[in-house]
Amino acid sequence: MDYTLESSLMNALFESLVELIRRTSAEIPEDVHRALLASLEEEKKGTIAESALKIIDRNIALAKQKSQPICQDTGSIIFYVDVPIGFDQLAFEKTCREAVTASTKKGYLRQNSVDSLTGVNDGTNVGPGAPTVHFHQHHSPTVSVRLMLKGGGCENVGAQYSLPLEKLHANRDLDGCRRVILDAVVQAQGKGCGPGILGVCIGGDRATGYEYSKQQFLRMLDDRNSDPRLDALEQDILKTANELGIGPMGFGGKTTLLGVKICAANRLPASFFVSISYMCWAYRRQGIELDADHAIARWLY
Amino acid sequence: MIRLQTPLTEAAVRGLRVGQEVSLSGVVYTGRDAVHKYLHEGGLLPDGVSFHDGVIYHCGPVVMKEPNGDWKVTAAGPTTSIREEPYQAQIIRDFGVRAVIGKGGMGDQTMAACKEYGCVYLHAIGGAAQVLAECVRKVRGVSFLEKFGSPEAIWELEVVDFPAVVTIDAHGNSRHREILAHSQAELAKRL
Ligand code: SF4
Repeated sequence: MDYTLESSLMNALFESLVELIRRTSAEIPEDVHRALLASLEEEKKGTIAESALKIIDRNIALAKQKSQPICQDTGSIIFYVDVPIGFDQLAFEKTCREAVTASTKKGYLRQNSVDSLTGVNDGTNVGPGAPTVHFHQHHSPTVSVRLMLKGGGCENVGAQYSLPLEKLHANRDLDGCRRVILDAVVQAQGKGCGPGILGVCIGGDRATGYEYSKQQFLRMLDDRNSDPRLDALEQDILKTANELGIGPMGFGGKTTLLGVKICAANRLPASFFVSISYMCWAYRRQGIELDADHAIARWLY
Repeated sequence: MIRLQTPLTEAAVRGLRVGQEVSLSGVVYTGRDAVHKYLHEGGLLPDGVSFHDGVIYHCGPVVMKEPNGDWKVTAAGPTTSIREEPYQAQIIRDFGVRAVIGKGGMGDQTMAACKEYGCVYLHAIGGAAQVLAECVRKVRGVSFLEKFGSPEAIWELEVVDFPAVVTIDAHGNSRHREILAHSQAELAKRL
């Protein structure tokens, strides 16, 4: 089978990717919206936590109606692409970059990418490492594309811990992991535009730990971990974090986190990292499955 | 909900307490990293721009030019304030600022300046770019557009019912400090 992309397919792919970017930026996924509405119910009436969540909800509705970015920080642009064996990844990545630049011109994305050495923002959102495209091969003939727009304010409150950590009495066990994850929640307060969602990786190296922690955000917010030990830890951290009284925006309240997603990766005997990514309430991720003509066959979230 | 109208008086500002919700109408000036650094280094405000009894908004808005030449703000959420901590106290003192709007809170120097000179920190809802853009009814003008670029320029915005929460007041209280201490104590019980 020949997977080289012809120009008609490239055009269709381009259109599909621009629509994926538009929808990801302007519309919060259903599962996240449901969780936000549930937390709005939970908060005491007349509190500032309740008002904050109401404003957030109004913002979600306005952004969708106007087809405008939910938040002006349209974030790091990260694609996760599942492809059949032999797929032309180079052509796909080139089309991704073109779709990003076009979406920036249309205002779906802010001019948000800065040359780290010169400080220059050329307004295209494309440069070294931007956008990021991760490819995974699979045995199915379908192509699916997931997109995450990961904000900067919440990225800044992410943390990586190396165990053991005496200061927090954190040993190389699940209790140690629990201690550092909850420490990250307290350190973050409301600064990552909470209520937030944690993606955590136990193990890995410094790079893969953060990478896998981010991939946890591709899970549905209301799914359950298939590993009972991690499932228990996820539920425990969610419950405990919501008892700390940090609340939306750190104003105080019951909703500090909307979800916790944890995975484990093997580590070296010498290291034990716990890597924590924080996603803000403006949790922008969507996905599409493409049909044979590279039009959108269905939405994944 | 407490209604505030610019220009703000010292009495109105000193009457506010942490945890109160406010709804601000009048004029606010955006200013972020470049403006704060520039003023800190002795730069002067352009003619016609005065922060006296006024409001600085830590925001890099998205502003589009309409066909008739008017500016329109299409996204206007707050940016992280703590980056201005090295400069904010001096700017409150030297320019007579009565309120600073942003997100994430500020540090001890700003808190001390709020107390000494009669200023408050108002926390807007981070990420609520669309709701807050709707509160901006008019762009009155812009300064330093060429010099600093659009997000870093000083935009003079007319706002109506802009919602925010007082998280640092003029009495030495900080909601951020209170919640941090409270959450640390609650966590200690659960370890
Ligand atoms: S942390 Fe999220 S909601 Fe807050 S400003 Fe950044 S992208 Fe927007």
